[in-house]
Amino acid sequence: MARIIVITSGKGGVGKTTTSAALAMGLAQRGHRTVVIDFDVGLRNLDLIMGCERRVVYDFVNVINQEANLNQALIRDKRCDNLYVLPASQTRDKEALTKEGVGRVLEELSEGYDYIVCDSPAGIEHGATMAMYYADDAVVVTNPEVSSVRDSDRMLGILSSKSRRAESNADPIREFLLLTRYDPLRVEKGEMLSVDDVQEILSLTLIGVIPESKSVLTASNAGVPVVLERDSDAGKAYGDMVARYLGEDVPHRFLQVEKKGFLSRIFGG
Amino acid sequence: MGLLDYFRSSRPKGSASVAKERLQILVAHDRAARGRPSYLPRLQQEILEVIRKYVEVDMNAVSVKYEQEASHEVLELNIILPDTAQGRA
Repeated sequence: MARIIVITSGKGGVGKTTTSAALAMGLAQRGHRTVVIDFDVGLRNLDLIMGCERRVVYDFVNVINQEANLNQALIRDKRCDNLYVLPASQTRDKEALTKEGVGRVLEELSEGYDYIVCDSPAGIEHGATMAMYYADDAVVVTNPEVSSVRDSDRMLGILSSKSRRAESNADPIREFLLLTRYDPLRVEKGEMLSVDDVQEILSLTLIGVIPESKSVLTASNAGVPVVLERDSDAGKAYGDMVARYLGEDVPHRFLQVEKKGFLSRIFGG
Repeated sequence: MGLLDYFRSSRPKGSASVAKERLQILVAHDRAARGRPSYLPRLQQEILEVIRKYVEVDMNAVSVKYEQEASHEVLELNIILPDTAQGRA
């Protein structure tokens, strides 16, 4: 039986797809058979972030409509044998994701994989509710910024009421907070909500803090999940997140401003 | 961070604290509204209409509070009547 993880946020542009790619790659590299599914029907992007956009033949909606089987649609990652990508359809309507269809595909995947990572679209509409419906765990991606925090709180309300676990009175979805685009310097100056501020408002288990980093854009330019950029702070922070998800006790890094040398203090930079 | 920043040590209090305060209020409000049954506004309206048949009360005189506790739900109605009961029909 696979564990189903939804990466969600409500607000767009906070790093759901980046996080989905990083978590899936991280889990796969640690030897777990993992599949990552793009639920953003009509606006697929996960394939680009994973760098497999030219290998898409069939997609999630084809599988739901039984126009293709899973083996035809799944794309095996070239860097890691344990990782598969199920791309979204670029042309269909998001209503193409039916609850029965999604459930059937997840059940079939569940037999052959350890983890299923669901990359949710932004918003609280159909695609997003389908991505979270079957989830066992949820990572709520949040920027330290008012609209993102508020939307995350709304997602928590939906996770606790409109999911299979909620409807069947099973144990609730395990919810985790991932703070992204964190800028310790601005936090120190009092210009940005701190980790503690956001924690106090949302009261969730913190699974990671990803610092604002140029490497996220650089990695996406090249179609490389940023977790593979082991020299970058964002890559390391995502690596830590994966370890924490798997139950390891890893201290949080990159929460403080790095001490600068004398010259760079004088001349800026 | 340049040399000039050293002379600007008396910066105004950051905007993050404002953001935090606003969010705390907003989130508390959102959460309170979340579990409420959808009939509450209409219930409030109809109760108000009934009361206004007998007593001239303000439109804001009736407040309906809904709370969920572990084993039961509480629907609290608070009606503020005017000082003198001269509004009787």
